[in-house]
Amino acid sequence: MRASAPKAYTPYSNWFYLPSAIIYGVLFIVPTFASLYFSLTRWSLFESKFIGLENFKLFFSEPQLVKGFTNTLIFAVVTSGSKVVLGLLLAVLLTSQIVARGYLRSVVFFPVLVSTIGVGITFTVLMNPDHGLINGGLSALGIDGPGWLTDPKYALLSVAAVDIWKGVGLATLIYIAGIVSIPREYLEAARVDGASSWETFRRIVLPLSRPATVTVIILSLIGGLRSFELIWAMTRGGPGFTSDVIASVIYKQYQAGFYGLSTAGNVVLFIAVTAIVLPLSYFLNRKEVDL
Amino acid sequence: MSTAELVNHKPGRNYLLSAVAIVVSIVVFIIPFAFIVLTAVKDRQQAASLDFSWPHQLRIVQNFVEVVKARDYMLVIAFINSTILTVASVAGMVVLAAMAGFVLQRRKSRWNGFINFLVLSGLIIPPAVVPTIWVLQKFGLFKTMPGLILIEIAFGLSFCVLLFRAFVATIPRELDEAATIDGAGPLRLFFGVIFPLLRSVIVTVVVVQSVAVFNDFTNPLYFLPGDQNATVQLTLYNFQSQFSTQYNLLFMNILLITIPPLIMFLFFNRQIVAGMTSGAIKG
Repeated sequence: MRASAPKAYTPYSNWFYLPSAIIYGVLFIVPTFASLYFSLTRWSLFESKFIGLENFKLFFSEPQLVKGFTNTLIFAVVTSGSKVVLGLLLAVLLTSQIVARGYLRSVVFFPVLVSTIGVGITFTVLMNPDHGLINGGLSALGIDGPGWLTDPKYALLSVAAVDIWKGVGLATLIYIAGIVSIPREYLEAARVDGASSWETFRRIVLPLSRPATVTVIILSLIGGLRSFELIWAMTRGGPGFTSDVIASVIYKQYQAGFYGLSTAGNVVLFIAVTAIVLPLSYFLNRKEVDL
Repeated sequence: MSTAELVNHKPGRNYLLSAVAIVVSIVVFIIPFAFIVLTAVKDRQQAASLDFSWPHQLRIVQNFVEVVKARDYMLVIAFINSTILTVASVAGMVVLAAMAGFVLQRRKSRWNGFINFLVLSGLIIPPAVVPTIWVLQKFGLFKTMPGLILIEIAFGLSFCVLLFRAFVATIPRELDEAATIDGAGPLRLFFGVIFPLLRSVIVTVVVVQSVAVFNDFTNPLYFLPGDQNATVQLTLYNFQSQFSTQYNLLFMNILLITIPPLIMFLFFNRQIVAGMTSGAIKG
């Protein structure tokens, strides 16, 4: 029998993975697996007692925790859907021949780069029911604005609106990149065939910006499901717990010292994100091949 | 004729639509920022009325000095902390992710699928908070700056690896072969030949990630609590309750921490756009 041939020399050393692998493995992968175990325990960081699925039972029976779960889904779907629609409309507008296009692109995109906490505090003040600028403007138009953040009916959606305000610039940018990459021959052909603006949009721009749509949906869903900073800056989950999301529940339970329950919240969030995002991205990407 | 014109058919510009767009953009986007600036330079009483009005007296310098001095120069310490955090973690991300992205793109092995899976997991899976604290505590890194730097690197690696991997694919392999024949070892090949060629994507990664780390609130909140360690985002959070009657100082603080991203935006707009839309065309 022949000894196996000596390995061919490669300049691409596996050692290059090592530093990344250590940091990523120790600080991300290990905690992720550890969370699966600790979510089944009552935990004080120093000792943990195995209690089976108690934390999860609590998570789905306590009304305020259940509310956090449903709010997370609502928040993610509302913000993601709005960013798709508004982002596409804005991108079509901002690739058309309008005056001050550069200014408009900049102004729509800039909030993406601004501190979320700063934006949250600013809009908390603007949404003040009595003195805020928004209700002031509405009353000038003869509309009696609600307590955006103080009324349980509106609190979550108000925060979602601010999230859309801050994030739509990124969706727009992604759509602009998609629209600009459409080969101009297609558009010329449509023009020669006498297609209207709407038909051009419906038959050419919309289907060909599908990769951009997939990116926007996936990115904004992941961001929306994990959203914490804006909600914490604006309502702290209130009034009561009506605008709590899973991420804010995780923080509240962590502060209260319920580490096992907090970690269970993390596991629920992990499962929710993967259960929604993975099948969706598989489905969206597969249909693209069919086209 | 531009692509845009072909989409819209109309020759020339649409002035009515432009006017509407500009007015709406002012109401929706400019007014909130103008509100921040105006409130930041008002005196305390006028700021408390929360309205959109011209300041009676411009207190730019006084408010600036007051907010900087607040709580024993906490904002200054916070800016130093944030700078250290941003520079160290972004530098770490760039070097580590470039190395990993390079080998991942160049070397085909049966591990590639698994590594790609890990990279994508990092983008999707929300980090488990308390178990991460538990691990940090085991290493004595909880509530320390090095601990937070490593955390930011760990959570940012995935995005960077994807960008580097895509860019390395555009560098011809012949270059590697030539360098290897000339006697360059793996380290020399990477740091001497490849790394300098990555310059444009490095700029993109640096700009995008430094804005992200500088603006990060959640990770410092969890992993580096305590006033002495505050980063700029946490000062805002701390001042929010303390300055509930001093909106002028709160908004001066918001204004100050908006300046670094604004500078990035003014100078590196193109790189930011490139980084953030990198997934758009291929999907």
